[in-house]
Amino acid sequence: MRTSVQELIAKSKDKKSKKIIEKLIPILLFLVASVSVLTTIGIVLTLIIETVTFFTRVPLADFILGTTWLPFANSGAQFGIWPLIVGTLKITGIAIVVAVPIGISAAIYLSEYASDNVRRIVKPVLEVLAGVPTIVYGFFALTFVTPVLQSFFPEIKIFNAISPGIVVGIMIIPMIASLSEDAMSSVPKSIRDGALAMGSTKFEVAWKITVPAALSGIIASVVLGLSRAIGETMIVSLAAGSTPKFDGDFTGSIQTMTAYIVQVSKGDAGYGTTIYYSIYAVGFTLFLFTMAMNILAGYMSKRFREEY
Amino acid sequence: MRYIEQEKVVRRMNGRMVINRIFQGFFMFATALALLALVILLYRIVSQGAGHLSFEFLTNFASRFPEKAGIKAALVGSIWLMAVVAPTSILLGVGSAIYLEEYAKKGRITSFIQMNISNLAGVPSVVFGLLGLTIFVRALALGNSILAAGFTMSLLILPVIIVSAQEAIRSVPRELRDASYGMGATKWQTIVRIILPAAIPGILTGSILALSRAIGETAPLIVVGIPVIIQFLPEGVMDTFTALPMQIYDWSSRPQAEFQTVAAAGIIVLMVVLLFMNSIAVYIRNKFDKSY
Repeated sequence: MRTSVQELIAKSKDKKSKKIIEKLIPILLFLVASVSVLTTIGIVLTLIIETVTFFTRVPLADFILGTTWLPFANSGAQFGIWPLIVGTLKITGIAIVVAVPIGISAAIYLSEYASDNVRRIVKPVLEVLAGVPTIVYGFFALTFVTPVLQSFFPEIKIFNAISPGIVVGIMIIPMIASLSEDAMSSVPKSIRDGALAMGSTKFEVAWKITVPAALSGIIASVVLGLSRAIGETMIVSLAAGSTPKFDGDFTGSIQTMTAYIVQVSKGDAGYGTTIYYSIYAVGFTLFLFTMAMNILAGYMSKRFREEY
Repeated sequence: MRYIEQEKVVRRMNGRMVINRIFQGFFMFATALALLALVILLYRIVSQGAGHLSFEFLTNFASRFPEKAGIKAALVGSIWLMAVVAPTSILLGVGSAIYLEEYAKKGRITSFIQMNISNLAGVPSVVFGLLGLTIFVRALALGNSILAAGFTMSLLILPVIIVSAQEAIRSVPRELRDASYGMGATKWQTIVRIILPAAIPGILTGSILALSRAIGETAPLIVVGIPVIIQFLPEGVMDTFTALPMQIYDWSSRPQAEFQTVAAAGIIVLMVVLLFMNSIAVYIRNKFDKSY
């Protein structure tokens, strides 16, 4: 006895289990996909709820306006966020000064000057820099960069803002270089060729054509680098010390928002103490900073994508 | 007959050519500087830590005495952590990617999820630590366990895995799907038998790179409250543990100079693990790099 194809199709269509699977799978996968949304909601809710508890004990105005951060004082602990923000900005500032010129120069070199072979080798090697764990960078800052700096400028302390700032800068170079290079190589070749045909040198093409055309993409890469520098934790925890300061000194120990969270977590602050809740308030501030940066970067890169 | 007067060209262009040369040199120098930083970093760590590497270093527990300090607990702990992170993050990541690429209709909800994923990728890891501390350690009462740390780490690398899996699925050619549907296969059959096998090399490459990031992450583990000095090996996912970067952090932050050598040796072990994982990723990419 032989079954016809039609019968086979009909039989296969009638299988109940198959129908159920086809209906169930999309629902199941939707639930899986919503985990990432739940994570975001979880982060925001956690930060907000614990931060609100913090503000029932420490007035919001003291937190936002205060310029003294002394959480561990036995009597009269002070929670003014500014010293931590200033510490974070010092690190970020130095990192940007290191990473922007080097990163963008590397991007221009790779997209305008380098031959295909050079690009094929240099790009992945640069990416290795991005894959080095931050704890390794922290160790490098503490045991190599700081002593080298000290041999030139003896007034620099073991824990300072300059050395971790430089190393955070090295860490974000590959990010700025590769995102800027992407933006620059998506500038149409015809525009470049037009400029070259008019007698421009390669540098004039890069500087007057490619960079301006890719500007929003380049800015987006810098803003993303900023955001990464603000959120970087281990390099500053190891090499910047733990002295929250509200001043313009770069040579001595400072503290950043991230390093404070690590310091408290390491010391195992008792659950329910004001110090315990303070890490959420600091975390929330950090989250707002990086979120603003990420949204700005997203907006900038969207603008550059629409250009062509 | 020459149409272009060479002398005139040279006279007019020479200055601009020189500027071009100077800047070319500058751009090359900057690129070389970045590469030099990598070379110095690797050289320093190898020259500092290689002397301390030995079989005992791999098989000893942590110790107060630098010469006896070993990395056994951290190495085994990191493997346990990966045993939780790899299945959790790959299942969630690939599932999300399949939903977004194959089922989701282009609309508000989809673009919201997509936007959410890219924003999540920019959240600092220390903030993920706070999430893990609140949800997994306290609310779900998992304590300082492998499971709590593993879940935290899985959420941290989830965006990376989703995005790379999406790219891998998207690059499976339309004709393969159409052929499968043409043969009468259902959507799920097409996904499981055609799309996923074709996308697996891409998915694996992205996942391994994401996992190697998880192996090097320290901040979330510290915030979740993972201890450092552990003199036993975990026996299950509810046990506490320590991991390679935690151990390195502890050694690096000790005041005695001898511990810096120990830390460098630990970093070499960590970097070898990372190098091993990356070479697997490259191997998979090259071996299965089929073009349709």
